[in-house]
Amino acid sequence: MQSVALTPEFRARPVSRAARMAQLVPTLVLLPTLVTTGIYIFVFVCWNIYLSLSSSTLLPVYDFAGFDAYTRLWRNPRWTTGVQNLAVFGTLYILFSVLVGVTLAILMDQRVKGENFLRSIFLYPIAISFVVTGTTWQWILNPSTGLEKFFHDLGWTGFEFSLITNRETALYAVVLAAVWHASGFVMVMVLAALRGVDQDVVKAGRIDGASMTKIYRRIILPSIWPVMISVLIILLQFAIKTFDLVLALTHGGPGISTTFPAIFVYDRLFAAGELAQGAAAAVWLLIGLIVVLLPVITLGWVYRKQKAGGGHG
Amino acid sequence: MADAQALPDFNRKRPFNARLLASRVLVYATLIVVGLFAILPLAVIFLNSLRYNEDILRESFIGWPTRITLENWDVAWSSACINASCTGVEPYFWASMLMVVPATIISTAIGLLNGFALTKWKMPFASVVFVAITIGVFLPPQVVLLPWAIALSWLGLSKSLAGLALVHIIQGTCFTTLFCRNYLINLPDDLIKAARIDGAGFFRTFWKIVVPLSPPIIIVTVIWQFTFIWNEFLFAVTFSSSDFRPITAALMSLNADDTGVSEYGFGSAAVLIAAIPPLLIYFFGGRYFVRGLTQGAVK
Repeated sequence: MQSVALTPEFRARPVSRAARMAQLVPTLVLLPTLVTTGIYIFVFVCWNIYLSLSSSTLLPVYDFAGFDAYTRLWRNPRWTTGVQNLAVFGTLYILFSVLVGVTLAILMDQRVKGENFLRSIFLYPIAISFVVTGTTWQWILNPSTGLEKFFHDLGWTGFEFSLITNRETALYAVVLAAVWHASGFVMVMVLAALRGVDQDVVKAGRIDGASMTKIYRRIILPSIWPVMISVLIILLQFAIKTFDLVLALTHGGPGISTTFPAIFVYDRLFAAGELAQGAAAAVWLLIGLIVVLLPVITLGWVYRKQKAGGGHG
Repeated sequence: MADAQALPDFNRKRPFNARLLASRVLVYATLIVVGLFAILPLAVIFLNSLRYNEDILRESFIGWPTRITLENWDVAWSSACINASCTGVEPYFWASMLMVVPATIISTAIGLLNGFALTKWKMPFASVVFVAITIGVFLPPQVVLLPWAIALSWLGLSKSLAGLALVHIIQGTCFTTLFCRNYLINLPDDLIKAARIDGAGFFRTFWKIVVPLSPPIIIVTVIWQFTFIWNEFLFAVTFSSSDFRPITAALMSLNADDTGVSEYGFGSAAVLIAAIPPLLIYFFGGRYFVRGLTQGAVK
């Protein structure tokens, strides 16, 4: 049977209708995804941009109002405060998540007993929703029920912990809850990378008499850059999309002290009846994401290229 | 053996040494302190779900139960008031299930089929699909929120289970296709070729060869989709109504209800009920959860 398939006559025979149909199957399988993803990404994003340039308020209006919504947006203190908050939050959140995560990963890498158990404990917050995370931390940080009352009842009546109710500090409560949620994730990613480091290089360093601190600083940490870039991309996305955590934790308050761009979008679209302004704010979220992600992704790409050219094939 | 002797063995236990002991103590102390910080919020919530609300209000939210009650769980499940309807979280829990289970199954199935088509068949526009899918993973949901709302109302699906599930299936397909593509690309081509020589078409090869070899990635994808869709809030609150509301959206209403007396007891139980499905998945499928994180996210 096999030899028949190789005869010239067989090859020359025109492909049957059924065979041609069979070749179309994979394309047909992909087609629904191609169409829906195309609509969802390209059509919807353009649609949103179009609405941001219209004069829509309560209902979508398809006219052209120029950049009116954008100028009004940047004059709105709720928006500008949100952007500032995001900048502060994003920096602290990424900084501390990475710091805690990398430290934990290095400690876990010292052949500790009960590693699996500890890892489960550190990582579980990432499996929990932001709504649950926010609600839980709100109760714990609330001065009239949580930590402050706890210490007062212990007899330490001077203890004051109004992190969440103070305008100046409420943003740090958001950072605290977000770091709690993400550091286990950073730890797992970094630990996986540490385990992939070439042990021969580490041994060579030890034979040369380098201390563990030096080995980590000079050999191990520099070699886990690709994972750090992935971590950074994921945390940056989390930061820009931050919405439900803040809503559950502080409702954006006190006042507008913990408002965020993502909350502003929702508020304009579905509460304030300012569709064009909400759409414009959403466009800025997209621009922001591209601006912060592009350099990071390029860095990862350059790194991979260098590595590919550096003898690893 | 001679080779092993030549190099010092770094895995060997070293003799007792005070500096080493101090560093071990430091390592464990740090890990335990951070571990306590990680476990504390959930532990506090769990203990409160077993306390009487009056005890919580009198003592503090952080405390050991002096008398234990299971009533909070009962109230939270079946009679707590959320948005003026006193049904407990039960209908919202099932609403979430009713949305999450089909959306997870369908998006995983489509992802696996797509992954197979993209990696094992010569597709003219495979790279275009791949770029689109990657963008779909990164796109902030706020940018498509308004178009989705309008499109769903055109389709007659606004504020319905079907509409929300559809949104999750379409968006989720980007994730599942990416996961499955990265897995199936390592599947030996010879297996597929052999099946083709035997005359098997696309679907036959898929059923007989790809599916039996894919349980690892199917488990990872199902865990991820389930957890992600269950925990999602923005779409859940935007595309739901009083007839159909996922548990994350209901919980936010419960949390926002400032009616004077705070019902922390059953509130805690309600929060835990909302957290249980993803937590169960995490504790029983932890290995696959971590694999999804470290492989799916890195690639």
